[in-house]
Amino acid sequence: MYNPFSLQGKTILITGASSGIGRATAIECSKMGATLIITGRNKERLQETFMQLEGEGHQQITGDLTTEEAIKEIAAFCPALQGVLFCAGIGDYTVTKFITSEKLLNVLHVNLISPVLLTRYLLTNKKIQKGASLVYISSTGATHLAPGLGIYGASKGGLNSMVKAFAIELASRNIRANAIMPSMVKTELLGTLDTISAEDWEKDEAKYPLGYGKPSDIAYAAIYLFSDASKWITGTELQMDGGRNLQ
Amino acid sequence: MDITTFITNFANQFDDTDASEFTANTKFKELDEWSSLTALTIIAMVDEEYNVKIKGDDIRASQTIQNVFDIVKSRL
Ligand SMILES: NC(=O)c1ccc[n+]([C@@H]2O[C@H](COP(=O)([O-])OP(=O)(O)OC[C@H]3O[C@@H](n4cnc5c(N)ncnc54)[C@H](OP(=O)(O)O)[C@@H]3O)[C@@H](O)[C@H]2O)c1
Repeated sequence: MYNPFSLQGKTILITGASSGIGRATAIECSKMGATLIITGRNKERLQETFMQLEGEGHQQITGDLTTEEAIKEIAAFCPALQGVLFCAGIGDYTVTKFITSEKLLNVLHVNLISPVLLTRYLLTNKKIQKGASLVYISSTGATHLAPGLGIYGASKGGLNSMVKAFAIELASRNIRANAIMPSMVKTELLGTLDTISAEDWEKDEAKYPLGYGKPSDIAYAAIYLFSDASKWITGTELQMDGGRNLQ
Repeated sequence: MDITTFITNFANQFDDTDASEFTANTKFKELDEWSSLTALTIIAMVDEEYNVKIKGDDIRASQTIQNVFDIVKSRL
């Protein structure tokens, strides 16, 4: 069957696959024919994702991406890759007056340092094949701020800059690097942001002409970026916000 | 946990409202300076000073400083 978006024959590593967007993308990619290497911290939740993957040959490995040892281990564990989704991340709502170096470093570590170091070790271990596609889950929080979003925004803004650098450095080997910038997507992450009241969530969702996103919405964009159909696209930031930032 | 100190800590999160305006019965959401940012700041203050996690829903349910104090006290 004619399908320029097929992931048949591609092996894809996904971080943050034990929950939310990473989990949905792993499952959808497996349905498109990809072989998955999935990683996360929580063994049980990672196993839940693993059980939902279609097809054969998938593998899983747990690890905390804030430790360089785990990053090196995951990079060494991987076979040759045609795609990577850097999805592990945490939310944060610290207002400036209460920023501590500990809070700052924690968010930067998970959201910025870990994807950068994982990219580095995958490259030096020669795991990223010619023509591969690297996809980084950033956020509209990089460009559209709100009270308390400074640290999170800085982590994702920093990631956007790194993605452009990767795109430039890797283009000679036809390796592409792109960022996806979602606004609010209904995942477990929202539950951790309990400084926001239920009523405020509802008011916020009303500002989205198409409502909040679903994890699968992001998964389909990732599938496009992993497929050969997007082979001319690199260094971009795909904003996905259901129309939230149009006006 | 003492209400007077709590009121001082609460008042401290405001920059343009005089500290003398704050009592246990102050309806803080009616203050000109109140905003969603102040709400986040109060939540962070409670976390830092009392090591208690309160939520956006707790602030929404509270009218007076006494109401917030009671929530924090019940979770100590
Ligand atoms: N949800 C949204 O509205 C939204 C919007 C814009 C951008 N994003 C971004 O999308 C990405 C995924 O978010 P989500 O909403 O799917 O969140 P989620 O459901 O909370 O999932 C987060 C994932 O990251 C993993 N993770 C967190 N810290 C880790 C660490 N130190 N080491 C290894 N893995 C770690 C978690 O693993 P364990 O559960 O195993 O610990 C989990 O698999 C994040 O980068 C987030 O910033 C989300």
